Amino acid sequence: MKSIHKNFIATLILGLLFSFFLPWWNVMVAAFVAGILFPLKKWLAFFTPFLAIFILWSFQTSIISASNDFILAKKIAQLLYVNNTILLIILTGIIGGLAAGLAGVYGKQFLNILKNQPQ
Amino acid sequence: MKLFKFLLSLIAVIAVFYALNNKFGDVPPLGHFLSPQTGFWQNEESDLPAETLSIEGLLDEVKVYYDDDLIPHVFAQNDADLYTAQGYITAQHRLWQMEFQTHAAAGRLSEIIGEKALNFDRTQRRKGMVYGAEQALAKMAQDPETMSLIDAYTNGVNNYINSLNPSKYPVEYKLLDYKPELWTPTKTALLLMYMTDMLAARDYDLEFTNTLRKFGKQNFDFLFPDFFDVNDPIIPKERDWSDINPVKVEVPFSELPKDAIANTFEKPDPNNGSNNWAVSAAKSVSGNPILANDPHLSLNIPSIWYVMQLATSERNTYGATLPGALGIVIGFNNDIAWGATNATRDVKDWYKITFKDSTRQSYLHDNQWKQVTYRTEIIKQRNADSYIDSVAYTHHGPVSYDSSFNTNNELVGYAMQWTAHIGGNNQRTLLELNKSKNYNDYKEAIKHFVAPAQNFAFVSREGDIALWIQGQFPNKWEGQGKFLMDGSNPEHDWQGFIPQEHNAHILNPERGFISSANQHPVDKSYPYYVFNDGYEAYRNRIINDFLRSKEKFDIEDFKNLQNNNFSLKASEALPTMLNYIDPNKLSAEQKRIFDEISNWNYLNNTNEVGTSIFETWFSKLYELMWDEFDSEAQALKKPFTYQTIYILNNYPDHEFMDIVDTPQKETAKELVHQSFIETVNTITDWQNKNGSYNWERYKATYVGHLLQGLPAFSRFNLPIGGNGDNVNATKKNHGPSWKMIVEMSNPPKAFGIYPGGQSGNPGSKYYDNLIDDWAAGNYRKIIFMQFPNEPEQPMNSQTLKPKN
Repeated sequence: MKSIHKNFIATLILGLLFSFFLPWWNVMVAAFVAGILFPLKKWLAFFTPFLAIFILWSFQTSIISASNDFILAKKIAQLLYVNNTILLIILTGIIGGLAAGLAGVYGKQFLNILKNQPQ
Repeated sequence: MKLFKFLLSLIAVIAVFYALNNKFGDVPPLGHFLSPQTGFWQNEESDLPAETLSIEGLLDEVKVYYDDDLIPHVFAQNDADLYTAQGYITAQHRLWQMEFQTHAAAGRLSEIIGEKALNFDRTQRRKGMVYGAEQALAKMAQDPETMSLIDAYTNGVNNYINSLNPSKYPVEYKLLDYKPELWTPTKTALLLMYMTDMLAARDYDLEFTNTLRKFGKQNFDFLFPDFFDVNDPIIPKERDWSDINPVKVEVPFSELPKDAIANTFEKPDPNNGSNNWAVSAAKSVSGNPILANDPHLSLNIPSIWYVMQLATSERNTYGATLPGALGIVIGFNNDIAWGATNATRDVKDWYKITFKDSTRQSYLHDNQWKQVTYRTEIIKQRNADSYIDSVAYTHHGPVSYDSSFNTNNELVGYAMQWTAHIGGNNQRTLLELNKSKNYNDYKEAIKHFVAPAQNFAFVSREGDIALWIQGQFPNKWEGQGKFLMDGSNPEHDWQGFIPQEHNAHILNPERGFISSANQHPVDKSYPYYVFNDGYEAYRNRIINDFLRSKEKFDIEDFKNLQNNNFSLKASEALPTMLNYIDPNKLSAEQKRIFDEISNWNYLNNTNEVGTSIFETWFSKLYELMWDEFDSEAQALKKPFTYQTIYILNNYPDHEFMDIVDTPQKETAKELVHQSFIETVNTITDWQNKNGSYNWERYKATYVGHLLQGLPAFSRFNLPIGGNGDNVNATKKNHGPSWKMIVEMSNPPKAFGIYPGGQSGNPGSKYYDNLIDDWAAGNYRKIIFMQFPNEPEQPMNSQTLKPKN
């Protein structure tokens, strides 16, 4: 398995796991840890955790909301001026993904700094 | 380079964390708010009740059945459990509303929404809202039984709050980014104060003082008579008052202060009012008394009402509750039914206070300098330092207006005296009404009710019908409290109260019906002073005329009357208005509108264009007639609608018809003509912009979310007719907030509906599911379960168990 796959799966699983006991920033912790365990190069360090959490959050919210006919999602979409539940779900994915992506990059940079320390 | 990248990524992580973890302006903290696990997504659910719950403090099991509208039918084995369950279940559906309303009452909105609420909060504090709630709580605390039940209710609410995972906080908490705090008995008192402020805070003393000074006594009495020329009072004119030996108060020989201030507190909506009526067994088709009630309030969602059945083996009561208060407020049991309308009465007076010096530590009263006490009001503000306001209290009450609020003379203040500050055990009235079995129980129960005074309509299975106008009313000398009074003169003090048993009431009147619609409570023969400071003049006459029109009535008649859209106001004003228009002088467009209004039937139905034209026309005419009152320098009160139409019909050449700003002398004819031309312009502009101006579209009734009408959580453009002066008193954002009809068969047969839904969660299908039927004038047949039967149809059931 390539690092990119490992990082992707680790972010997903950790994100799911941490969500049971951490607030919303569980996705940042997940991506940070995955970034240390499975460092990726350049833009992949951002986009892999971004995609993992984008998929996780949009999938979870779609399931939750569909089971209630999107009643609240429609109203919140109006409230946040996105006016469309699909866009709201995408926005949710992007927000989670953005936080995770940056945390993933930071994880990698953190690892680099550690490696750089003189023994 | 590595260090640079490290720092850059660190900064980026911190920045995104900060940005998504905090609220900016009206944007909620997006990380929290959108997270699938903690965000609003967790509120995307339709209130399926858990099968069993354990609740601390319960003595026995409580069984709850939820019907198709999510109305809980609660069966407990003792009173304490019943009210614990009521607290828990209400909080389960209405927690945010319960807290928000009591925060509003207490002047604590700045804590939640910041500085923009500061003026509102200061106003609440200066009205003595918290002070009044404390007085009420002190009164309730003297009654151990009431207090123990309030404690049980509190415990129920707090069990729910404590069981709540933050991810399940109502969505408004997430939107505004704050947390619920624990419920307290003070909050129950604050909720009752919130209602009192809504219903018993209307007074025009300061406006009347300015109006009197500006126009003189003769004009004032002409514009504001103590009685209109028509009066169909709540207590029928036939009532003989010889059973009452009144306590007389003498009118003092003294001057009233002539000054008053420019800006006064915002008044509660003048439309806050209600209808209730009942027919006796003899006047009922089925031979059972029937009662109807519909309180008219702002159309808010979550609704002010939450419907419940509350039963133990000793009592079984159904009706509308106020989230935050115990028991049913308007409802019925197997033996009685009752309904309340607001008994508007002047129970708030103003006194001019003369301070000794600018330190304002003492004030003049009875030729002595008396000590001022100060109440420190600390208003916490979100993202800012607390605001501290010191409010002076005299023996009258809080000095609401002084040089730190709305005036600039350091030596003068204006103190409020208000029955809401007396403190009363209103909660006991509700608790006792719930279990009343007959007229005597009802009569005893309502005695504790101090403010807001209500017209309590009553029917019993035994066949009694009755109506008491209950509240604590100052016994005033003639004219007392109409205008600002002299706070230093002891003769201007309230001289005592009308003895409770002298409150106007009627039992089993000969006419076979009782009714009230916020009109004048009595005629001139009532031996205590009551003056008209804005009594409703139309709905009551339509209701009474209808109830006099036939021998016998049934539930269908009652429904039709509640949904009646006839405008008596229009029928009394429009003929005169039309008379003054010469159709030959109109343009084609004006002629078209003139024909439409000429052919109108006075019904404010959804499809009528006549209503839109009339209402626009009349309001423009009203403004033109009373242009003398347009003043920025001082608060004035324009005459009430009834008197306006009376003057229009009978005094077309009166000097008030003149438009002050024009050199020529106008009469009613010119005003009617001018306002009609303006109306045509307004209507055609509207039509060009929006299309058909039928009443449904022109009025555009909406039910607004309690948080400043948040559009996403509100319902707009409801297809409903009616207007403030119709029995169906539905205005743009105001109307029948709980429509109930009860026939005292065995068991009672009842219908009810309200513009909202049981759940306060905008994500629930029960959030607004009753609105469409409400707008259509439909009712839900009430499921009134008998104790301890199982439900006739399958229902979701829930067991509340004591926690070990």
